[in-house]
Amino acid sequence: MDASAAALLAVPDAREVLLTSEDRRRLWEHLLLMRTVEDEGIKLYKKGKIPGSFYDGRGQEAISVGAAFALSAQDPICSPLIRDLGAHLVRGTDLTELFRHYMGRENALSRGREGNVHFGDRHLGVVGMVSMLPDMVVVAVGLAMAFAMRGEARCALTFFGDGATSRGDWHEALNWAAIDRLPVVFVLEDNHLAYSTPQSRQFATHPADRAEAYGIAVERVDGNDVEAVHAAVAGARERCLAGEGPVLVCATTMRMHGHGAHDDARYVDPELLDAWRARDPLERYRVVAAEHGVDVEAVERDVRAAVDAAVAEALTTPMADAATLMDGVFCEGEAEPLGVGGAAPWSAYDEGAR
Amino acid sequence: MAPTTYLQAIGAGLREEMRRDERVFVMGEDVGAFGGAFKVTDGLVDEFGPARVRDTPIAEAAIVGTAVGAAIAGLRPVCEMQFADFVACGFDQLVNVAGKMHYRLGLAVPLVVRLPVGGGFSGGPFHSQNPEAWFMHAPGLKVVAPSTPADARGLLLSAIRDPNPVVFLEHKHLYRRVKEELPEVASPTPMTARIARAGDDLTIVAYGAMVHAALEAAEALGADGDGASVEVLDLRSLVPLDEEAILASVRKTSKVLVVDEANATCAAGAQVAALVADRAFEDLDGPVRRIATPDIPIPFSPPLEQAALPSASTIAEAARELLDY
Repeated sequence: MDASAAALLAVPDAREVLLTSEDRRRLWEHLLLMRTVEDEGIKLYKKGKIPGSFYDGRGQEAISVGAAFALSAQDPICSPLIRDLGAHLVRGTDLTELFRHYMGRENALSRGREGNVHFGDRHLGVVGMVSMLPDMVVVAVGLAMAFAMRGEARCALTFFGDGATSRGDWHEALNWAAIDRLPVVFVLEDNHLAYSTPQSRQFATHPADRAEAYGIAVERVDGNDVEAVHAAVAGARERCLAGEGPVLVCATTMRMHGHGAHDDARYVDPELLDAWRARDPLERYRVVAAEHGVDVEAVERDVRAAVDAAVAEALTTPMADAATLMDGVFCEGEAEPLGVGGAAPWSAYDEGAR
Repeated sequence: MAPTTYLQAIGAGLREEMRRDERVFVMGEDVGAFGGAFKVTDGLVDEFGPARVRDTPIAEAAIVGTAVGAAIAGLRPVCEMQFADFVACGFDQLVNVAGKMHYRLGLAVPLVVRLPVGGGFSGGPFHSQNPEAWFMHAPGLKVVAPSTPADARGLLLSAIRDPNPVVFLEHKHLYRRVKEELPEVASPTPMTARIARAGDDLTIVAYGAMVHAALEAAEALGADGDGASVEVLDLRSLVPLDEEAILASVRKTSKVLVVDEANATCAAGAQVAALVADRAFEDLDGPVRRIATPDIPIPFSPPLEQAALPSASTIAEAARELLDY
């Protein structure tokens, strides 16, 4: 193992306290950024500025933010799903490009070929999702297989909901990762619903129990507690890098909006939503961050300004150019691998901060 | 040097690319110590070890899907489907994940999926299919189909070096049936058509095993009393399709017979026929004719299978009719 790999392994036990107040500021910033961007997206959709529909992750922000925050820039995310915008934001996706993408305007993320959370900035080590769930779980296992083959101290992280665990690809992916003890962090967002279908109609055995049966370590965590998610994923990552095999982090949460902006979710028991509304991950973390000295209001002002500026600039951008329609079906040059240029804002990865 | 079979040529191509480029690895069901169901990967594990010659579970979606992950991580996976028919289980990963990745996200997916295709030996409905049209219809995938040992090796090299997902159709009925002397140093075969036999009176467009049936038919027609001069165009690549080579041949001969071993509807041959009708209508002296397998699952019993698949004699018969038109 080379020196850089050893340095990555030297991250302390995540179950010990290891968040600085600056880390907490950044966690608060990204939680708020995700919600603010998505609230803005819903408004733009209702104004007819976003074509198709709009999908958000209200209530689940702590999972994608906390999980991505635990990764080094070397660890790809494959893939953030429609509830996981926070993972893109933690990695440093450009806000203006994001709104351009949402609105089908010229943009570097998808060039208008994709919409909603179907994007991934390959330079930041993020692979864009596809709609067939859980296809990207399998791809993440392939990334981890490559890391294992090359002896690299990296892990791949993948997100999926409880609904995605009913398809055969999920079985194939978990089984495959378990056989070779591949460095994969599986993040299960247990949000109660597969679109409208409750878990009683999805499975008889919970996916976390199935994962254990495959020989995969399972860590259960409150998915509305960003620090708990962060600690669980950091621990899972350590286990992966130590060669102890894949880990499934089961983050329990609740989808607070409909499947998309077109869905009023009338099929959800209002009492269930009320109960989870009281556990809102942002309201909870705002208190925690303030207790640790974070100037939460300053962050709120900065996030608001950044989102407003990004929306304004995106609205002045031309729509995607139909002259580019045929471009890029095939790669014409050299195949450029997934990049490692994304942000890893956790201070554990910042040599100067430790 | 002894002539190399089509099967040995594929194995040689794999070995050469694995020696040349440490990023190249193979995976599939029983490809390691067993050497693959048809022995294409025989001996590779001895030279390259189990990490680069990976036996997998029976999990075609994961074979293709993990190959996508390995490819975007910078490796060059070559997957074997034990039979082409089984790729249906990995279809989604190939069509929706691999094929669309570059257009959607600018992320290249350099992988190869080898598909042992074709009938002729009582494989039955699940071991005889020619599924190339599924993938021709899916944007972002390249589809190649060699008919000779030299092209099997050369197209495999091209496929592995290509920055895109490539579906490599290797015809099982050619594995041990065709052989030739190969040059010591392999060179990539371009994804373009080749004139397998030059002629002036009629063009037969074919690929894979049907090239050999077409050549046999052409010989028979040339030896007939009228001594017809039949050209056989071997497509070699279906995506990209060498449209100019097809049109040039048709313009020269003015008559075209398109042969597919695949089921007729929406087959590669249908695309060729549409191309000719669209862009060479004025050059034709007869209707565009097609021969293909009827739209049935490939049956097991030899008399049924033989009645289903095109053969040199059915090709010759259709060609004769067209020559007389």
